[in-house]
Amino acid sequence: MISAAPAPPVTRRISTYLYRRPALALALLLAPPLIWLGVVYLGSLFSLLVQSFFSLDGFTGQVVRRFTLSTYRDLFTPANVDIILRTSGMAAAVTVAAAGAAFPIAYYMARYASPRKKALLYLAVLLPLWSSYLVRVYSWKLILAKEGILNWFVTHLRLDSAVQWALAIPGIGGPSLSVSLLGMFIVFVYVWLPYMILPIEAALERVPESLIEASGDLGARPVETFRRVVLPLALPGVVAGSIFTFSLTLGDFIVPYVLGNSALFIGQAVLAHQGTAGNIPLAAAFTVVPMVIMGGYLLAAKRAGAFDAL
Amino acid sequence: MTVSIPAVRFSRVSRSFGDVRAVDDVSLDILDGEFFTLLGPSGSGKTTCLRLIAGFDHPTSGRIELHGVEVSGLPPYERDVNTVFQDYALFPHMSVAQNVAYGLMIKRVPPHERAARVAEMLSLVQLPGLGDRRPAQLSGGQRQRVALARALVNHPRVLLLDEPLGALDLKLRQQMQLELKAIQQQVGITFVYVTHDQEEALTMSDRLGVFNAGRLEQVGAPAAVYEHPATDFVAGFVGVSNLVSGATAAAITGSPETFTIRPEKILIGDAGTTVYDGMCAADGRIQDVVYLGAHTRYRVALAQGGELTVTQQNVEATSLDVQAARDRPVRLLWQRAHNRPVTTRP
Repeated sequence: MISAAPAPPVTRRISTYLYRRPALALALLLAPPLIWLGVVYLGSLFSLLVQSFFSLDGFTGQVVRRFTLSTYRDLFTPANVDIILRTSGMAAAVTVAAAGAAFPIAYYMARYASPRKKALLYLAVLLPLWSSYLVRVYSWKLILAKEGILNWFVTHLRLDSAVQWALAIPGIGGPSLSVSLLGMFIVFVYVWLPYMILPIEAALERVPESLIEASGDLGARPVETFRRVVLPLALPGVVAGSIFTFSLTLGDFIVPYVLGNSALFIGQAVLAHQGTAGNIPLAAAFTVVPMVIMGGYLLAAKRAGAFDAL
Repeated sequence: MTVSIPAVRFSRVSRSFGDVRAVDDVSLDILDGEFFTLLGPSGSGKTTCLRLIAGFDHPTSGRIELHGVEVSGLPPYERDVNTVFQDYALFPHMSVAQNVAYGLMIKRVPPHERAARVAEMLSLVQLPGLGDRRPAQLSGGQRQRVALARALVNHPRVLLLDEPLGALDLKLRQQMQLELKAIQQQVGITFVYVTHDQEEALTMSDRLGVFNAGRLEQVGAPAAVYEHPATDFVAGFVGVSNLVSGATAAAITGSPETFTIRPEKILIGDAGTTVYDGMCAADGRIQDVVYLGAHTRYRVALAQGGELTVTQQNVEATSLDVQAARDRPVRLLWQRAHNRPVTTRP
């Protein structure tokens, strides 16, 4: 006589069912984030792109929903090109400076720091991100002010004439560090530095010690080892970090607002066009600019072999 | 050999890490052109010694000379030695040819000469035509050959090899052992080879040095070290050996001094077998039988206490025969001349 085995509980049957169908399990896991990314993120990006091909009717102030390149024609008027160049130049300068400042810190963290020191450094790098970005930018406004601590310090070091000289440079200077592109540059480098340190550190950590030893063993002095082995292998990290610093600077409107003068940045232009002016198409066209720049940058980095070691 | 200046000379070299003496007062001469193996268990200081020669690490005290010139404070890039790393340490962002050419490029060897020497070296290690591949596209054995070519192409006066065959499977390892030895004889460069595998050391070396706990226990040719182990550690580490001491030794030889006897030197006879002059004998009972195909290992408990391991070729015996030997009373016999007195560490 055959007696039927008691049916296993439902949860167990579901587990078995999914175990036998890994594709279904994967689909269930990935569906929510993919729907989020696909619909909410890519969808809005797409609608942005579409918007940039509409135009604004100058008389009614209404968006004309018909394909046209006139918005892009407006984008490339001298005043707007000026904004794009200023923002891109700032983003490039900030990226280079952040990479230069981040590399030694990341190198120390990855290669020399004991686990304890490394944990402390991680904390130190991440700690600023715990406080509000707005508060930090406004405190820099105070630090950089004419009566601020930096100026006081510089004066006591008798370097104030050097600062005055830098502030007198047309284009990047201004009445004080707190109202100048120079001050803006300092603050940008400060706020985005963690986003540069962490990817470089991660990349350097993946470079085995033996590769550095092998390079020295084959006759390379430390400078050559750095140039031919360490830097190429850390390049994916540098590129990842520079994507952060570059795109964050391109899109930021708070730092230019707090520390800038009348010369606008892309972020401010977007804010102004979609807000007060109601020119959604032009605002959309402005936001397409950073995306195009980043795409071109990544392509160039790939061409240069930055991802070969991945 | 009567070469006056050794390729590598350690004079009372020590290297401490905190309280740990990784290398403890080692003095050693490695002759020009020989295949010398540093043999020892992990943590015995052999790899540290290799790193001291390469310049990755520096001695706490003592002197290291390469071809008569003191190098103790010199960085790796100032030394005429090259290393084959345990993990191969191939540059992942360069092709095989670029990897091999790295040392030549650093030395500013003109490109056409560089290419010729790389091609020559790749064919020496039997990888012709693979120059355009990336290291990631190679098998473990091929990477090992690239690492060897990358070091040898610089014609170093000493080549250091840090367990280079450790990651390969047995068949490939045995093949590479013979190849390495052949390459060494062909290029005539001094090889300093680190391994924990005593069989590898015996197969390849002209001479070997046995390390234990940071100290050099014995230096000699493979046969000399195997046949005449200086200490109980060497006897146990290089091959298998029985260590007999105290009352058991006294019962067998008449003296309580410690000696070792190799398992393959002992014969198993029936109980009561005649003992001739110059023979040692011990009575016992077979406790354990391990059939190993070509030979069988017996563990024999001795009547006077203690036990001996004995191996016998399976000349005629089958696995069933040897299994039946369990619990049999036997008399173990061997030539007294095979007993090796050893010093034991307190």
